[in-house]
Amino acid sequence: MVPLNWYIGLSAVIFSLGIIGFLIRRNILIMLMSVELMLNAVNICLVACSHYLQDLRGQVLVVFIITVAAAEAAIGLAILVSLFRNKATVHTDALTEMKG
Amino acid sequence: MSMPIPFPDMKPVMPELIMTGAAAALLVAELVFRKKAVLGLFSILAAVAVFFVLSMSFGETFNGMFISDAYSMQFKVIFLITLILTVLLSLPYLRRERVENGEYYSLLLFATLGMMLMASAKDLIIVYLGLELMALSTYILAGIKKHDLKSNEAALKYFLLGSFSSALLLYGIALTYGLTTTTDLAAIAAQVGRGGTSPVLLLAMILIASSFLFKIAAAPFHMWAPDVYEGAPTSVTAFMSVGPKAAGFAVIGRVFLTAFPSLQADWTAILIGVAILSMAAGNILALAQTNIKRMLAYSSIAHAGYMLLGIIAGTQKGLSAVLTYLLIYAFMNMGAFAVVILLDKGEEIKDYEGLARSHPLAAAAMLVFMFSLTGIPPTAGFIGKFTIFLAAVQAGHAWVVVIAVIFSAISAYYYLRVVRNMYMRERAEATALRPSWSLGLAICLTVLMVFIIGVMPSVVIGR
Repeated sequence: MVPLNWYIGLSAVIFSLGIIGFLIRRNILIMLMSVELMLNAVNICLVACSHYLQDLRGQVLVVFIITVAAAEAAIGLAILVSLFRNKATVHTDALTEMKG
Repeated sequence: MSMPIPFPDMKPVMPELIMTGAAAALLVAELVFRKKAVLGLFSILAAVAVFFVLSMSFGETFNGMFISDAYSMQFKVIFLITLILTVLLSLPYLRRERVENGEYYSLLLFATLGMMLMASAKDLIIVYLGLELMALSTYILAGIKKHDLKSNEAALKYFLLGSFSSALLLYGIALTYGLTTTTDLAAIAAQVGRGGTSPVLLLAMILIASSFLFKIAAAPFHMWAPDVYEGAPTSVTAFMSVGPKAAGFAVIGRVFLTAFPSLQADWTAILIGVAILSMAAGNILALAQTNIKRMLAYSSIAHAGYMLLGIIAGTQKGLSAVLTYLLIYAFMNMGAFAVVILLDKGEEIKDYEGLARSHPLAAAAMLVFMFSLTGIPPTAGFIGKFTIFLAAVQAGHAWVVVIAVIFSAISAYYYLRVVRNMYMRERAEATALRPSWSLGLAICLTVLMVFIIGVMPSVVIGR
């Protein structure tokens, strides 16, 4: 059986990858994917803990997270589409309407 | 094996149920009513109905996940006041900007519902769900001017950073759950008290804190605020500058004081740093602004810093000082935004030149709000700052209060610059007004409250 530590380690690694991806990439779609990666890292951690503790609370939270993540992705893409109609770009460097 | 699940007691969630029903009904009503102002009036009615149900909703339900107590109730009153004032501001603004989308009011109600859930949450799962409901609704509201590039950009920036911060919150919740085997705030406190602290628990607490600090726009998590405040529709900016901030303080107070009292030394140290940084960043960067929405954004960062002093105090008195301050802040900030909307072109600080001569009443109202935001008696802003500084001094953080007072003095420069432009500068053609009954009502209400609280603080403090 895989010990709990490995799952926690895996989730920490994936979460860090998500943070790094979010911070260094400038493509909005890839930033969105990085956030999804972070959320799924959290899900791994929660399910592993939940199984280890024999407690369902963590898995309930995972179901909520998956639902909210779907709504979040839908809203994010909708905002991106309405931006794209006004200015055909998916790069954050091009978003320079406001500064200061 | 089947276990009967008892039907939960619905009385404590009655305000939330009414809010949900009203928000859902608005979505449908949007298809029926051609005149969108009706929807705005309906949402005010819903807020009033919730207000009356509020006082009858004491109690705990859903297996201790949801609590309706005096603390949550006072926050909900602030949310409802914010909602009503926002609707009053939105009615003329949306018509003028031609963005009378029916879902606007529904989203406002859903955002308020999220805040109410946050204030009542006694479990980290509810905290997360309330926060997301509020955040997702405000992302859309910020971008509701679909054909305006600035609005798109504001919504996108808010969305990207907001979803990043909620991922941090979730990781913090997951770590806390792994360490304490529960997500219930009181049970977490019991477990932490029994098991002692560990570096991982500290990390979890910091992750949770950073997400809440993002919501209240405290430095160093404030980077989104100026851009989002400037780009979002002005009525939404007014809503965002008060509502989510109040909700953020509601969860900060609840989570830190209920779940992590044994880590108090650690989070007090963090929050002192954050408070000083917010006051410094907000007040100093506001000096250089030329756009009034941007200036109010930096000022809201600074006010978040002042309000954190009440949490730092960590006492009951400190918490009630935060509540008083938020209530006062709701009135004065919404009032200032109402004047910004009242002006035909009022987004630049230059636009206010000569306003006192051409429109003395509007200028006088703006003067009151600027004085109140600075904290000059006899306005309410003074009472707010006084109670919060007093609570912090009594808790033994006198040196932080000294810094806060110094920064508060600096803030006079940029608030009074607007006043100087209105009263001491002349301009050939002053900006025209766009008067409407709802804006007039909003400004009268806020000016009145700013003075009533300023002269008779017992109406809000003695509770």
